[in-house]
Amino acid sequence: MRAFTSLIRRDVALAVHVGGGGGMAVFFFLVTVSLLPLGIGPNLNLLGQIAPGLLWVALLLSSLLTLDRLFQADFEDGTLDALSMGSLPLELTVSAKIIAHWLTTGLPLVIAAPFLGLLLNLDGSQFLDLVGAMLVGTPALSLMGAIGAALTVSVRRGGLLASLLVMPFYIPVLIFGVAASGGAMAMPGAAHQALLLLGAVTLVSLVIGPLASAAALRAHLRT
Amino acid sequence: MSDLTLTQRFHAFANPARFMALSHRLVWPLGLITAALIGSGLYFALLDSPVDYQQGETVRIMYVHVPSAWLGLMGYMVMAGASLVALVFRHPLADVCAKSAAPIGAAFCFLALVTGSLWGRPMWGTWWVWDARLTSMLILLFLYLGYIALWATIEEPVRAARAAAVLALVGSINVPIVHYSVVWWNTLHQPASVFRVGGPEVAGSMLLPLALMALGFTFFFATLLIVRMRAEVLRRRVRALRLAGMEA
Repeated sequence: MRAFTSLIRRDVALAVHVGGGGGMAVFFFLVTVSLLPLGIGPNLNLLGQIAPGLLWVALLLSSLLTLDRLFQADFEDGTLDALSMGSLPLELTVSAKIIAHWLTTGLPLVIAAPFLGLLLNLDGSQFLDLVGAMLVGTPALSLMGAIGAALTVSVRRGGLLASLLVMPFYIPVLIFGVAASGGAMAMPGAAHQALLLLGAVTLVSLVIGPLASAAALRAHLRT
Repeated sequence: MSDLTLTQRFHAFANPARFMALSHRLVWPLGLITAALIGSGLYFALLDSPVDYQQGETVRIMYVHVPSAWLGLMGYMVMAGASLVALVFRHPLADVCAKSAAPIGAAFCFLALVTGSLWGRPMWGTWWVWDARLTSMLILLFLYLGYIALWATIEEPVRAARAAAVLALVGSINVPIVHYSVVWWNTLHQPASVFRVGGPEVAGSMLLPLALMALGFTFFFATLLIVRMRAEVLRRRVRALRLAGMEA
């Protein structure tokens, strides 16, 4: 357990101090969200209507951007080899790194989202739903993203490929996330149902993510 | 043979040399069956079947579209099944099979999308609707392309095989989730165009060409798969020889 927590602490510290981590993702989030009105037009009514969808898509893209940092640096300098030989099973090592990844990218993005919602004229009643849905959904992004990052860990500049691989797996999160944020539909109960389904997606990926990532990493670590 | 255990029998087919000898004899017969089935299917589909009273001649697109969509899905199942065998039993031909199935499945998936779009233009008045089935088929195509891209970028075959197998299996768990989320999303958004959900009732006169085409396409898939597997085994042999030549 101590190894697990200290690994999380190490990864968080690295992400915070070395830079290029969560801060970069939030910055990308901000830039994407401010590009969208430029493309769509400054009509505040329209923007308010599609704001949840826009925020979710931008959040997805921002979190894709950070995937290559999940394992690649540790793979290249051999840390991952050392960790895989340690007492901690590779699945738990991977889980610790995923938790650290979520703490340094998922969480900052969720915190930034309501402020960006202001830019997009998001309806006042939707802020709480949006943040709640994002808190439930973003762990799934880190968990699923880890699979893509692990699969491409030995590929030079594998970030783009990782994004392509995990994009289809993000679709349920996007669909249920937007629905749970009280997006374009007014059907009563739909948002609640979507939130539950989003939670289910996160739980499923909690099982698949670490197992598949560890299996994928083993394929690359064995020489 | 009878004193062999089940595992040993299973691995008897794992010998690439045996596979090459057996498949060599299979390619031509399979190809001829394919040609006969698709040829007769096309005759019935294009010439000797009635036009639909609502869809007119465009109904004939269905005879290509439905088998393609079916094989697009089956290709993924073959790929995922072979990946499971490759990961669990380390069967040396399984990853060859998974790798060879992917581009064929992707091509059928693409064909289904294109023919569906061609059919949709006169019937729905648009090339594309965000219908649940179309959307999931498109996502399936993305999954195929990702899988092919992963094979292409990792150079060493053993590594690539294991990574790709993990991806295919994760995909096979996710495909139903993605599919149902898309269906749910679609029913919430109430698509603008109204069309029959179950498709047209299939009359007997249309069922015969459809069945012939479906069977023909399945044989086509099997033939292509074997040809591609043979090519892959040969490619690996060439690679091994080349590596040995470099060492010598």
